Amino acid sequence: MATSLTKTGGTDIERKVEPAGLDFGRAWEYAPAPEASDHVKIDPKYGLFIGGRWVSPRSGKYFQTISPSTEQVLAEVAEANAQDVDDAVTAARDAYDKYWSKLKAADRAKYVFRISRAIQEKARELAIVESMDGGKPIKESRDVDVPLAAAHFFYHAGWADKLAYAFQGRKARPLGVAGQIIPWNFPLLMAAWKLAPALACGNTVVLKPAETTPLTALLLAKIIEEAELPPGVVNIVTGAGETGAAVASHPDVNKVAFTGSTDVGKRIQRALAGTTKRLTLELGGKAANIVFADAPLDQAVEGIINGIYFNQGHVCCAGSRLLVEESVHDVLVRKLRDRMQTLRLGDPLDKNTDVGAINSKAQLERIRELVASGEEEGAERFSAPVKLPEKGFWFPPTFFTNASQSCRIAREEIFGPVLTVMTFRTPDEAIEKANNTMYGLSAGVWTDKGSKLFMLATKLKAGVIWGNTFNKFDPSSPFGGYKESGFGREGGRQGLAAYLEVE
Amino acid sequence: MTSHENGNGTGTTSLFRAGASAPRGGRFALFEPPPVDAVAVEERAAALAKRSIKKATKVAGLKLAISMMDLTTLEGKDTPGKVRQLCQKALRPLDSDGSIGPCAAICVYPNLVPVAKEVLRGSSVKVASVATAFPSGQSPLAVKLDDTRRAVDLGADEIDMVIDRGAMLVGDYGKVFDEIAATKEACGPAHLKVILETGELGSYDIVRKASEIAIAAGGDFIKTSTGKIQPAATPPVTLVMLEAIRDHYYATGRRIGMKPAGGVRTAKQALHYLVIVKETLGDAWLTPDLFRFGASALLNDVLMQLEKERTGNYQASEDFSKD
Repeated sequence: MATSLTKTGGTDIERKVEPAGLDFGRAWEYAPAPEASDHVKIDPKYGLFIGGRWVSPRSGKYFQTISPSTEQVLAEVAEANAQDVDDAVTAARDAYDKYWSKLKAADRAKYVFRISRAIQEKARELAIVESMDGGKPIKESRDVDVPLAAAHFFYHAGWADKLAYAFQGRKARPLGVAGQIIPWNFPLLMAAWKLAPALACGNTVVLKPAETTPLTALLLAKIIEEAELPPGVVNIVTGAGETGAAVASHPDVNKVAFTGSTDVGKRIQRALAGTTKRLTLELGGKAANIVFADAPLDQAVEGIINGIYFNQGHVCCAGSRLLVEESVHDVLVRKLRDRMQTLRLGDPLDKNTDVGAINSKAQLERIRELVASGEEEGAERFSAPVKLPEKGFWFPPTFFTNASQSCRIAREEIFGPVLTVMTFRTPDEAIEKANNTMYGLSAGVWTDKGSKLFMLATKLKAGVIWGNTFNKFDPSSPFGGYKESGFGREGGRQGLAAYLEVE
Repeated sequence: MTSHENGNGTGTTSLFRAGASAPRGGRFALFEPPPVDAVAVEERAAALAKRSIKKATKVAGLKLAISMMDLTTLEGKDTPGKVRQLCQKALRPLDSDGSIGPCAAICVYPNLVPVAKEVLRGSSVKVASVATAFPSGQSPLAVKLDDTRRAVDLGADEIDMVIDRGAMLVGDYGKVFDEIAATKEACGPAHLKVILETGELGSYDIVRKASEIAIAAGGDFIKTSTGKIQPAATPPVTLVMLEAIRDHYYATGRRIGMKPAGGVRTAKQALHYLVIVKETLGDAWLTPDLFRFGASALLNDVLMQLEKERTGNYQASEDFSKD
């Protein structure tokens, strides 16, 4: 029997909502629908892609990359040391001087278009490998990561011969060699975000993928090889933190672009102090997703789910703080609980999987630690009733209610499928709470009232503000942060500036 | 143009506009429904179309869909012969396999109710009749109620009524409510399905509001369309109506049924609707008591898919009886 949602007061006892009366999952259960992966070929061993050739690392060392959903080894990948990175930067410098800076812009565009088309042609293979290496559901890699990666190359290819129009009356020149370090949450897509503008603007690149998810960047290297880009225009060096540090600190790199943790971002910024290198940082976030009482509530629930459980919450702009107007808190939480019953966690290659595996053991441990702190600090935990597979790294979609602004789960980036729900009473209070964070990457606002939406958009200190939606990306829309979420923009006309000297 | 002086539905609107001062959560019960975001609701409905339904799940879903079908013929040229054939089809959809079916109901005009009733006597297949000056509803209330009573007297187990879309669009919600309530009363023991004719309402917000009114006024089911207007049923409009049903269930514990009608022609579409129901309202609604398809062309496509799953080959459409 359902409980009436009509309340006469607001005491703590009344705020507790009875378990939802809706029941999901026993009738008409979906059978497994795995995407076939037997035709996908992953090499047992990958070298470094330097100067248009696959070379063995000077270090002689290789590391394993595993599937976080099965813990099986997928491949061995070369570990680049400082010498390897030096080779890569030298190759990039040569390519810049010899070929790339001499090429007509329209011809540069052709290469970038070619990469875009090849990604579309190999979309299925890329999506499968992305899900195997990173743990994300095939639904997302197939419908989001890979198409968006192609779209970024396509969009930026169009800019290559029109840069004079991007900055009216000013002259724009490439910077030279760009060193780019990308994270493990969207491995192929982040490579596209970095490579596409750099190449279209006339720079050459040394790119370092994350050590837990190097495979799609290496497949992209093969695509670049097949697209016959001049040797050395794109170099891909795999490795962990030390390799990244070697890329960022190499004296012949003109520009460093980093996406990752705030901690590492700060270290890079310190290392680059006093040099002439240009820097853009896209770091952490603790985004507020603000739901007003006049919001389209059922759609807001979808936006909340998408905001925090998309890609297991491994999203720097995830809507990890839900701020709800107090008058609709109970009904919204009830809807959220029922909706979470329908989330399907499991095999990332199953086409019906909504939530995949946590990217790595280390990340799983961090999520567990922060969730434990939430419980200790007295917040009330709800986790979706899912069965976790025995092998691999998994965490159930979770949210906390009765959390306060001062809790660690309300302040620190969890980077996992964990949402912290808090309430507000007035728009001013919503703004104040939303801005009460060291981060400022994104925010969401849910209201049917346009004037309120625009008022909030001017007052929220965040680089991206979504109105009645969340986690929407487009290559034409600049993305980037305020405060400790970093600086510089990626995408759009604004994103071009990061790869150009504008006089 | 805006006068509706043909019945008892004037001067009551203020009663239903008290939502502003409703208590916490109160607006979910009556006529101040939450707004609907069109972009997001269409996106959600489209996302649910991506569920991969294969093999055993597909067979089970298709059989369930057959058991939920209201086989429908609503034409000027309907005859006793045509209706008898349709009834036979509802009783045993596939002549070669008696385990498939029967359908949930036959849906006809009132004059043909006795014919259908005679063929279906003793079976589980219900007889549904359209009434209330179907499909436009543009007649005096007295005529609509008389239409309803006569259809019930003729033996209809279920009445599919139409709302006054004109009244809905001018904001005369009281009239819409009162007509539904009066029709419910005229139904007596017969179940009432309330057709909103969503293709004429113009926005999801109005669909949502009409759903709340139909539920509050006593409808047992809410139904998208007459089948005479395009667009008829669509996945997002169905989702909006299911959300109204869900909020009513949250507020009262009462389960209202849903019937998308018109425009559902393929097995694939039918499975998409079942996914939407399963993931919006859950297990309890996956039954003909609470979910129906109003369709004429759907059944044979579902049968064709079932035969394909059984034999591995597609049969020619001629292999399935037309009605």
